[in-house]
Amino acid sequence: MKKEDFKDNEYIDSLVEELKQSGTNVVVGKLDELINWGRSNSLWPLTFATSCCGIEFISLGAARYDMARFGFEVARASPRQADFMMVAGTIVHRMAPVFRRLYEQLAEPKYVIATGGCAISGGPFRNSYHVVKGIDKIVPVDVYIPGCPPRPEAMFYGIMQLQRKVKVEKFFGGVNRKKTREDFFRENPLIAEEEHVKE
Amino acid sequence: MFDFRIVTEWLDNLLNGVMPAWLATTLECVLIGVGLLTVYALLALFYIYYERKLCGAFQCRLGPNRVGPLGLLQSFADMFKILIKELIPINHVDNFLFGLAPYLVVAASFASFAVLPWGNGLQIVDFNIGVFFLMAVSSIGVLGILLAGWSSNNKFTLIGALRSGAQMISYELSIGLSIMTVVLLAGTMSVSGLVAGQKDLWFIFQGHIPAVIAFLVYIVAGTAETNRGPFDLPEAESELTAGYHTEYSGIHFGYFYLAEYLNMFIVSGVATLLFFGGWMPLHIPGLDGFNAVMDYIPSVIWFVGKAVLLSAVIIWFKWTFPRLRIDQLMAFEWKYLLPINLFNLVLMLIVVAFGLHF
Amino acid sequence: MVNIQEIIGKVCPEAVFEENEVAFAIVPDAKWHEVAVALKNAGYDCLTAVVGEDWGEELGCTYYLKSTADNSLVSVKVATTDRENPMLHSVSDLWKTAIFEEREVFDFYGIKFINHPDMRRLFLRNDWVGFPFRKDYDENPEINPVRLYHEKPDDVTSTYVEEDGKVVEKKVNVFNPGDFVVNIGPQHPATHGVMRFRTHLDGEEIKKIDVVCGYIHRGVEKLCEKDTYPQTIHFTDRLDYLAALMNEHCLCLCIEKAMGIEVPARAKVIRVMMDELMRINSHLLYFGTFCMDLGATTALFYGLREREKVLDIFEETCGARMTFNYNVIGGVRFDLHENFVKRVKELIEIMPSRLKEYHTLVSGNVIAKNRMKNIGIITREEAINYNITGPSGRASNWANDIRKTNPYEVYADLDFEQVTMEGCDTYDRYILRLKEIEQSIKILAQLVDNIPEGDYCAKVPKVIKLPKGHWFQEVESSRGAFGVYIDSDGGKTPYRMKFNSPGFHLVGIIDKITRGEKIADLIAIGGSLDYVVPDIDR
Repeated sequence: MKKEDFKDNEYIDSLVEELKQSGTNVVVGKLDELINWGRSNSLWPLTFATSCCGIEFISLGAARYDMARFGFEVARASPRQADFMMVAGTIVHRMAPVFRRLYEQLAEPKYVIATGGCAISGGPFRNSYHVVKGIDKIVPVDVYIPGCPPRPEAMFYGIMQLQRKVKVEKFFGGVNRKKTREDFFRENPLIAEEEHVKE
Repeated sequence: MFDFRIVTEWLDNLLNGVMPAWLATTLECVLIGVGLLTVYALLALFYIYYERKLCGAFQCRLGPNRVGPLGLLQSFADMFKILIKELIPINHVDNFLFGLAPYLVVAASFASFAVLPWGNGLQIVDFNIGVFFLMAVSSIGVLGILLAGWSSNNKFTLIGALRSGAQMISYELSIGLSIMTVVLLAGTMSVSGLVAGQKDLWFIFQGHIPAVIAFLVYIVAGTAETNRGPFDLPEAESELTAGYHTEYSGIHFGYFYLAEYLNMFIVSGVATLLFFGGWMPLHIPGLDGFNAVMDYIPSVIWFVGKAVLLSAVIIWFKWTFPRLRIDQLMAFEWKYLLPINLFNLVLMLIVVAFGLHF
Repeated sequence: MVNIQEIIGKVCPEAVFEENEVAFAIVPDAKWHEVAVALKNAGYDCLTAVVGEDWGEELGCTYYLKSTADNSLVSVKVATTDRENPMLHSVSDLWKTAIFEEREVFDFYGIKFINHPDMRRLFLRNDWVGFPFRKDYDENPEINPVRLYHEKPDDVTSTYVEEDGKVVEKKVNVFNPGDFVVNIGPQHPATHGVMRFRTHLDGEEIKKIDVVCGYIHRGVEKLCEKDTYPQTIHFTDRLDYLAALMNEHCLCLCIEKAMGIEVPARAKVIRVMMDELMRINSHLLYFGTFCMDLGATTALFYGLREREKVLDIFEETCGARMTFNYNVIGGVRFDLHENFVKRVKELIEIMPSRLKEYHTLVSGNVIAKNRMKNIGIITREEAINYNITGPSGRASNWANDIRKTNPYEVYADLDFEQVTMEGCDTYDRYILRLKEIEQSIKILAQLVDNIPEGDYCAKVPKVIKLPKGHWFQEVESSRGAFGVYIDSDGGKTPYRMKFNSPGFHLVGIIDKITRGEKIADLIAIGGSLDYVVPDIDR
């Protein structure tokens, strides 16, 4: 892939524009940059895979593709210590609450990558009675990687897109996500009750 | 060999000359504290990078190479990230103990730094029972781990903490006995005395057979002390997700992460002190020319270099062996290491009593 | 066939026999248990598959029984016309594998099994409304929306027993209130996906495990009922993605058998070679992940290094690394790539030395041996009773390789050994898989220079329709006997399609073999059984 193509991403460009327009002072701006540099270069994935895409995710860590080069190899099994969730595989009805809780357990700042057709829209199983038709109905998604399963190269591209997105994230301002946790709980009182959230 | 005492004494005199003695002492303490903290942080960052690179080499991979030249800035990126990561407050935990645990673990490893012989004259405190102090403070770490596991109110962490308690208390015995073996040979417990005793020949050569046995036992027990593979049962990833620190996030987790690497440095540092001459250069009796050349290498490099090389062995263990099971782990200590150690102590006694050492 | 009629006729004169590829009998429910006992005594000691089905008027099951002595199959249909409260008699006391199979049928069709010890839902949430595999199931998403709150754990289960001619429901505790129950999974690094073990612990020792499945249940069998036959093939890729080509192969064989299509010789050889490459691929990943479960992370990278070489071969010919959709009805989709022979020869050349490396790294290691030896013992009888096929069963000295017992394609003409071992433990299950790689290499070496010329796909009708009837076909996939059951009503889509996956039977035995072992052993045993969760949940 050519560098121009890689950089061609309207959404991120618009974010950068927005940031430039709002303007920040030098100290805060530089600190922002430093922090975002740290964040984007140290994205630790949660070991979370449900099906085929998970095996490709393992390949991503193995010698030929070696995600350690980018510093992604510190896969944490505990969601509290991970930075992003590579949703590799189908999410079904029974898994949905578990998945939602895992997302809640990730420490901020947290990101979600929907990997493969199943996570994006239900993929080949879209017509099934037991498959969630896209994880973006449950959690906010930052990057989508299509494929069934996506090749490791595609996964790299996806994670690198996430890195670019993180790099323009404001630390002292808002985050990329519009919907907050509170909004979610207001919409789903049953979950709020279960998770002991106080209004 | 350059003696750092010249620098420290000059500084001491300078400070004492311009201010009252109590202020000078306080200022010195602060200076030393700051210096140590810097070394502590830098070493941890270096170790993280070092392990990831080495591990890559063992696994036919490259390891970090994108962030900064050769990936050198990788651990800095990790540091910035983890510093500003959210600290998740958890319901139904003992907040005081939950917060205290990571600091205890860090404090334990930090305190051990005080007695390590960093270089010629570069030692913070020199007790006459230095080695004893080292063992005492490094045992505080297990308290932190136990607290972390217990106060998290999570079944995985509890199992992890119990495993770690059983493991560390058992292996402490082996460490103590192997250290005792060397103390027997050296006839002193003071760190400077131990280093001075190895001026001509390192203890591992002086004490030949019993010293080598003691070293092997020490490095095995030391690996177990640091909770690293193949003894990483307390945080066995495939069994207990992340073991005792499952519930910790952000910098609290970062402390555990740092402490693990620094404990590795301390274990290899103590091994250097006991068996490989501390900061003493490699001297071979009879080869004066060679010895003189060796003396030109600064003592700090000698100490840190030896410790880092020994750490490579510990890292090598981790990436080669499968994990032991808890009952095998206990059996290994109580049925094999401990009897070997006791026998070895007697052997060393005989060697020392009859003057069979070099 | 006479033999079967005699056995069944003796205890149940009203049984109806139908002509089919395997002996097929229809038995009324009241006599079914007696018939089952008679069949078991007659040597049909392995329950291969339980296929639940909704025939419109009737609800019921077809049981496929296998004799381990002569590998013959017999099928028995048991049905009930009561759709409101359907009940059948359980055979879980005779074949332990029926415990989970019948729970699956209960989950999908709502058929309650009398005398079954544990009648809970298996794959679906316990607050799920309706039984999805019934033909009159309402798929309206408003009835079963995505529920984001957690289900209440099932600590009480029901069992139905007959007392004085009436069926009574009894409640049984799965766990008692004071038990220390640890949830291992669904998100847990060692469950190889999303399994959940509710583990009752006493210190480090495991007292009981309640396996909860369904965290990746995608309803593939129901989806197949809506698709035409060629469209169903790609689903099999995604069941057991490490035996994708074998699963496709099995489905194609079943459809070809039903339609009477003769596959060209070249396609047969290509299919067999692809199967063996897939087996190597799967066992290499097994080696890696199993060693990682034991804590030896580096082994994973060694295993995957060679796996990439196999994937290269696949990629050139099939165009994908994991989900191929390569087998089609009548042959294969594309001809072999020009590099295929060269690359396979390279693989044959390097593998022996690499296997040696694996043995040096892991098999010979004292710690690894101590972790594996005498852990998780499955005796031969248990393996048969629980229907543990494939490498795990062969490590218990049960020679069950479909390639030898019921050869398909060109396997009958090939020279290879069926590896069996007598240790029955984790270590033998591990070693056996590495030995199977050697055998696969041997098969590849025989075929690589003898690929016949000709068509790679037979001429098949544009619209594929199966005649009325039902068929069952098994192949040896990388983790055991993979079976496909097709029931056709003569149309373009299957009336019922069932995938009898080898992984599903492994779940049943986990509780049995882990009791009294340590947590670490659970991980080792789970790793050594080598299940793939989407294969279990389907």
